[in-house]
Amino acid sequence: MIKVDHKGTLLEVRGLTKAFSGVRALKGVDLSIRAGEVHCVLGQNGAGKSTLIKILSGAYRPDDGDITWQGESVSIDSPTHALGLGIATMYQELDVVDGLTIAENIYLGHENATAGLLNRRDAAKKTSELLARLGHANLNPNREVGTLSPANKQIVSMARALSRDIKLIIMDEPSAVLDSEEVKNLFRVVKQLSDSGIAVIYISHRLAEIREIGDRITVIKDGRTTATGLEVKDTPTPALIKLMTGRDIDNEFPPATPVAKDAADMLVVDDLSVRGEFSPLSFSVKAGEIVGLAGLVGSGRSEILEAIYGARKATTGTVSVNGERVRNGSVADAVRHGIGLSPEERKSQGLILAEPIFKNVTLSTFARFASGPFLRENGERASARQQLEDLELRPADPDRAAGTLSGGNQQKILLARWLVHGVSVLLLDEPTRGVDVGARAEIYSLIRGLAAAGTAIVVVSSEIEEVLGLADRVLVIADGEVLRTVKASEIDESGVLDLVMKGSAA
Amino acid sequence: MSGVETAAADGNQPVSPLEPAPEKSGGALGWVRSYLGGAAGRNIGLFVVLIIIFIIGAVTIGENFLSPANALTIVRFATVTGVVSIGMTFVIILGGIDLSVGSVVGLSSVVATMAFVQAPAQAFWPLIVVVALLVGTLAGVINGLLIAYGNVVAFMTTLAMLIAARGLAEVLSGKRTQILSVRGFNDVIGSSPLGIPMIVWIFALVAVLGWVLLNRTTFGRRTVAIGGNREAARLAGINVKRHTVWVYALAGLTAGIGGIMFISRTTVGTSTHGTLLELDVIAAVVVGGTLLIGGRGSIVGSVLGVLIFSLLINLFTKYNLDPSIQALFKGFIIVGAVLLQQRFGARGSTRSA
Repeated sequence: MIKVDHKGTLLEVRGLTKAFSGVRALKGVDLSIRAGEVHCVLGQNGAGKSTLIKILSGAYRPDDGDITWQGESVSIDSPTHALGLGIATMYQELDVVDGLTIAENIYLGHENATAGLLNRRDAAKKTSELLARLGHANLNPNREVGTLSPANKQIVSMARALSRDIKLIIMDEPSAVLDSEEVKNLFRVVKQLSDSGIAVIYISHRLAEIREIGDRITVIKDGRTTATGLEVKDTPTPALIKLMTGRDIDNEFPPATPVAKDAADMLVVDDLSVRGEFSPLSFSVKAGEIVGLAGLVGSGRSEILEAIYGARKATTGTVSVNGERVRNGSVADAVRHGIGLSPEERKSQGLILAEPIFKNVTLSTFARFASGPFLRENGERASARQQLEDLELRPADPDRAAGTLSGGNQQKILLARWLVHGVSVLLLDEPTRGVDVGARAEIYSLIRGLAAAGTAIVVVSSEIEEVLGLADRVLVIADGEVLRTVKASEIDESGVLDLVMKGSAA
Repeated sequence: MSGVETAAADGNQPVSPLEPAPEKSGGALGWVRSYLGGAAGRNIGLFVVLIIIFIIGAVTIGENFLSPANALTIVRFATVTGVVSIGMTFVIILGGIDLSVGSVVGLSSVVATMAFVQAPAQAFWPLIVVVALLVGTLAGVINGLLIAYGNVVAFMTTLAMLIAARGLAEVLSGKRTQILSVRGFNDVIGSSPLGIPMIVWIFALVAVLGWVLLNRTTFGRRTVAIGGNREAARLAGINVKRHTVWVYALAGLTAGIGGIMFISRTTVGTSTHGTLLELDVIAAVVVGGTLLIGGRGSIVGSVLGVLIFSLLINLFTKYNLDPSIQALFKGFIIVGAVLLQQRFGARGSTRSA
């Protein structure tokens, strides 16, 4: 599958595999990078791109596979080793230290010092040169990085890579934090780098960008390379989407129960917006209906859920449940009106890991079990145990610490919480993140079951297939804007991808 | 990022729910270890330390140390720190800190005595109690409002209150000590029912109420939940800000009680009451096993922590140790105790997190 071009091949990766606690993230990745090219790596969320980057940057060690660097077989032991070889990485979450100056950041870890004393003037001079090379001669090397915009922080991150003698720079979705003007500058810099013989591995979801700056493409799907070395100019977009989405296994989605024609609007969102996050949008969800929000990371999906839930204050608009207005910006009021949220980050936003399961299940209802101010833990425990049995969480031991459970079971705890509460609207943010394939099917049928019982459900997932499989209706979202509202049965994954990529190609 | 990558990246190995929890080591010893790793175990550890110090005292000093009068001295010395440590335990479990309690003790003693002295001649003595409690609670509410709704860091808010409350107490009293001799007050607060001083009874009562509040009420559950995971508590519909105000109010209330106890013990109200008390209180609470990051803590542990310090001070005094040397020892003991706690804590948390 690999088109090998020995002349000028900088990096050659073959048969790379990596598993995390038995789950295989990479099952065989091949990749070949030429000196001075811009090589785009494409793949959906979870395809294994991040794992691949972390292996190449020395953060992870592969289980198997060969890496050849400039004709020599190497094993990249650590980030320092990777830098020593000449491989630098710009992560998506920019790894700059806000409290240090630009120059200090750039020379962090390889400070220019004489007998322990920092040679500040020299560092500042070299920093100015680097910044000028990146088209940002206007930035003062002594400026504190925390005062810079995300775009300029990215420049600092890039300058840091260039401050070492590198031959390959890996950029993980560098355009995600930039507006269109800044993206132009980024492209100029990328072009400059490649002209000076430095290869770039460029990772992005935005096909339009890849068309503009990429030389060749490698597509990864489900941890495997499906195509590598494709010339950008010879590969049409539909072919790329097909390569990214064609699947080995289909997730099993339980059949949808048709929503009753006369079902009442349970959740009504009217003209809701949060400045800087998403534009005004209106939609309603009937009792028993599942509405999905489909879009890429950063499209504003989670923010919409948070605004409905009151966890984020809305700039305009209203949310009503069963005809009653919910107070803006108050989670407590949303919960009182029967809205429940299963948040995106279960561990940091959903659960108290050190506390027993039953206290996590009754986190929103313990006061209801109490008599006056006094807790009735046995009542809580019994109710939690009942839910755990209904959700087939085994063992249904309410006294176990929540942190000892698997991702799927932790998700079940959150579902149990809102089942005990008895919500009429359930907001699910990434309900199967970190949940293995077997448990996913269970979660799907639980969600379907809840809808069949009359709950109005809004589901957000970065896996478009999941949104389409679960939802009755889908709102396609890009850059905080609803591009289209469509029946789930009338659109497919490539249709959604097509919409969001065009929508965000700006 | 995919589920796989996230799950691996945060380094938490999910344990299959179908398998029993991994046992640290087999048999009875393993059970004992895991038990000692829990809250009850930590308290037993503290109790053992208390007994050891007591035995050391009994052996090296003897009669003079073992007398019932000395036992009362030890407990009486612990009362103010003890009462205030109950409020502090809640604040620290919440994930906060209150540096102002010592100053608030002084302020409430000053305001309460002044209110009584300047009130019309025949003022009823419970006025002293009511004013001290109100002053303490009010200071706590101000702390809580600034922290919860003003989003000022607890450390800075309560540091400001520490300075300001002491200053206010000095201004109000003109740095003069207010001598208070009120028969009713002395008769009740200064009495010794069943041979035990009233302030010891108050300490015991506050500790018991604190234990019930923490372990048996919705208030306690909210406190632990917010300290354990503030965001999860908020997203479950708990009014985190409002509860934060209540918890600081509670700490202020216990400082007010501390003020009353100081008046009773010394018959004066002065701005210097409670100076550096906050440090003793925080040390006792943390030695007692309450995590400074919040989410876990124990009233029994705090009481034992306070008693351990009180016992040590008593012992040092009997040895005629220079106060500076005593302070030096105290520093060592705090570090040693916290190091020990971490050993136990790590063992406990592998089981439960």
